[in-house]
Amino acid sequence: MTQETIQQTPLVEMNNIRVAFGGVHAVDDVSVNLFPGEVVALVGGNGAGKTTLIKTLSGAHKADSGQIRIDGEDVTIDNPRDAKALGIETIYQTLALAENIDAAGNMFLGRELRSRWGTLDDAAMESETRKVMTRLNPNFHNFKVPVNSLSGGQRQSIAIAKSVYYNARIIIMDEPTAALGPAETAQVGELIKQLKAEGIGIFLISHDIHDVFDLADRISVVLQGKLVGTVNKDDVTMDDVLGMIIIGKLPSEVTETEREQLHG
Amino acid sequence: MTDQPDTSAEETEAAAPASAAERGSRSIGNLFRTAEIDTRLLGMIGALIVIWIAFNIMSGGTFLTARNLWNLTVQTSVVAIMATGMVLIIVTRNIDLSVGSMLAAIGMAMALLQAEILPDIFGIGHPMIWIVSLAAGIAMGAAIGGLQGAIVAYVGVPSFIVTLGGLLVWRGVAWWMASGRTIAPMDGTFQVFGGGSRGTIGGTWTWIIGIAACVGIVVLLVSRRRQRIKFGFQPRPMWAEIGLGAVACAVVLGAVAVINSYPMPELLARKYAEENGLAWPEGGLIIPQGLAAPVLIAIVVAIVMQFVATRTRYGRYVYAIGGNPEAANLAGIKSRWTIVKTFMLLGVLIAIAAAVQIARLNAATSGMGQLAELYVIAAAVIGGTSLSGGVGTIPGAVLGALVMQSLVSGMVLMGVEAPLQDVVVGIVLIAAVALDSFYQRKAV
Repeated sequence: MTQETIQQTPLVEMNNIRVAFGGVHAVDDVSVNLFPGEVVALVGGNGAGKTTLIKTLSGAHKADSGQIRIDGEDVTIDNPRDAKALGIETIYQTLALAENIDAAGNMFLGRELRSRWGTLDDAAMESETRKVMTRLNPNFHNFKVPVNSLSGGQRQSIAIAKSVYYNARIIIMDEPTAALGPAETAQVGELIKQLKAEGIGIFLISHDIHDVFDLADRISVVLQGKLVGTVNKDDVTMDDVLGMIIIGKLPSEVTETEREQLHG
Repeated sequence: MTDQPDTSAEETEAAAPASAAERGSRSIGNLFRTAEIDTRLLGMIGALIVIWIAFNIMSGGTFLTARNLWNLTVQTSVVAIMATGMVLIIVTRNIDLSVGSMLAAIGMAMALLQAEILPDIFGIGHPMIWIVSLAAGIAMGAAIGGLQGAIVAYVGVPSFIVTLGGLLVWRGVAWWMASGRTIAPMDGTFQVFGGGSRGTIGGTWTWIIGIAACVGIVVLLVSRRRQRIKFGFQPRPMWAEIGLGAVACAVVLGAVAVINSYPMPELLARKYAEENGLAWPEGGLIIPQGLAAPVLIAIVVAIVMQFVATRTRYGRYVYAIGGNPEAANLAGIKSRWTIVKTFMLLGVLIAIAAAVQIARLNAATSGMGQLAELYVIAAAVIGGTSLSGGVGTIPGAVLGALVMQSLVSGMVLMGVEAPLQDVVVGIVLIAAVALDSFYQRKAV
């Protein structure tokens, strides 16, 4: 990242976020930030707290303590509506689509277009959906069927279209490529680059270290609810990051024996 | 994302009718899909026709008479009114077992108001009596539904348990309100809801409503078509539009003709003639009764509910919650409040059904509506509502109610004993769901 971007106000600052489930600290005093046009990857093992952390930003879960700033201003995010109002869109690992409703219905779920009589304007919603989909997935034509009869890639493109349509400034992607084949994964990568170029900030949660190195600018590693550290992708190797994920130490702190164990 | 365009559904939607015809493999299913007709609903209509014809043959031609069909529509109304609300409850992955008990409690309250309380205030026969009783009943339905819904949605007690409790509670309340007495008679104007001697709209008005319905169908088809063309979508092929409109209008007008060919019984006709200063001719007067009030109410309820389910935000949310509760929450939908509203809506519909019921009986008893919940659930399920949520339609539920009532009424005509009727209805219920899950599996 250039000097210029560092001097900007971060798009998102999440400071000292804590979330506990019962006695377990799922997220323990974690701070991360995100600049416009930047991709920050959140990595860590299963149950490390990545998804819980990000849910406090998307409004799906309330933080017990900590502070979230957007453009340097304190905000309160109590529910998904608050997050959306701040320009935060989320693509969940599960895609969060209503299976029994068609593409347009899902695109506009919770934000339906209505006619002047207050009724649902299905034709207008379908028309808008068609416009977005021509941009994202020109092969998509199944506008009239419930999404449960669509393929994984098609469903994924609806979930992405949903976040792109509303001119989000911040997009959270939770394992966006987990259900996809190689060609579809490449296309998601292209899309992320395109969104970056438009100045959108992206939090990317991924298990796939190769994806992370392809797409991210910075990498934040979480282990057992705590932030191990945030590194610039260009300054580290994949091994360094794997070390952070598994041992929970920054590359400079890892001892020779630990390094050998990691490779052993 | 590079997806192979899915063939079947997509092609039939986008392909022009000419090219569809050229493909040669134009099955009947394809034909209906091109015309965008719900094949499942069509299947139910087919089943209904089969049942009707079978009973007509077995009963020696007494089933398909104007008289029997007229009665069938009236008997179906109460269950159909409530089934339209039950669909939405089941779509949200809930259930309401308290329907029959609520019907009794609300019916009893409305009966007490108009038979014992309000006449002392307004004087017997005052128009405020029926207005206040009905309004109170509807408010009570919404309140009970809202209470049960709130316990389900906010406290988190499963709806099965809450409404199972409700089944006991409201039945008890119905008894307690009048210590088990039968309350009768109902207010004169209120009796109109029951479709008795004063509760029919006459032949002329029935025709007027029939013709208005046809105009409505045409307007609806034209506006849908315009809307689609405006946004540059492929509209239905013209033959399908015209065919659909023609069939729908023919069915409506045919139904009107059948209903109007059932005349008033002689006793009532004589009274009518006297009241209207008509001479009583030799051989009697043929005066069509027309639509009965319960049927008219059920039709209006079904249209309103269909509108609510498919054209409003609330309806969309109901289906979204049923399809994926988590997605609905993440989309910012107030799921809990939506569920409370759905229970309130069913409560209001139960109140309407209770009004029809007590008006028909001209009395209220605490035993009214026993097992109604099961008939209502059965109607919704036979009509294609899935108990796992997310799937179900209002027209399906109304048809389901009609199928069930046709079975019962046909068996009554044939002199089948009541316990055996229950056996048959039970088997049909299971068979309908089994058939449905079979086709679901095939479709996937």
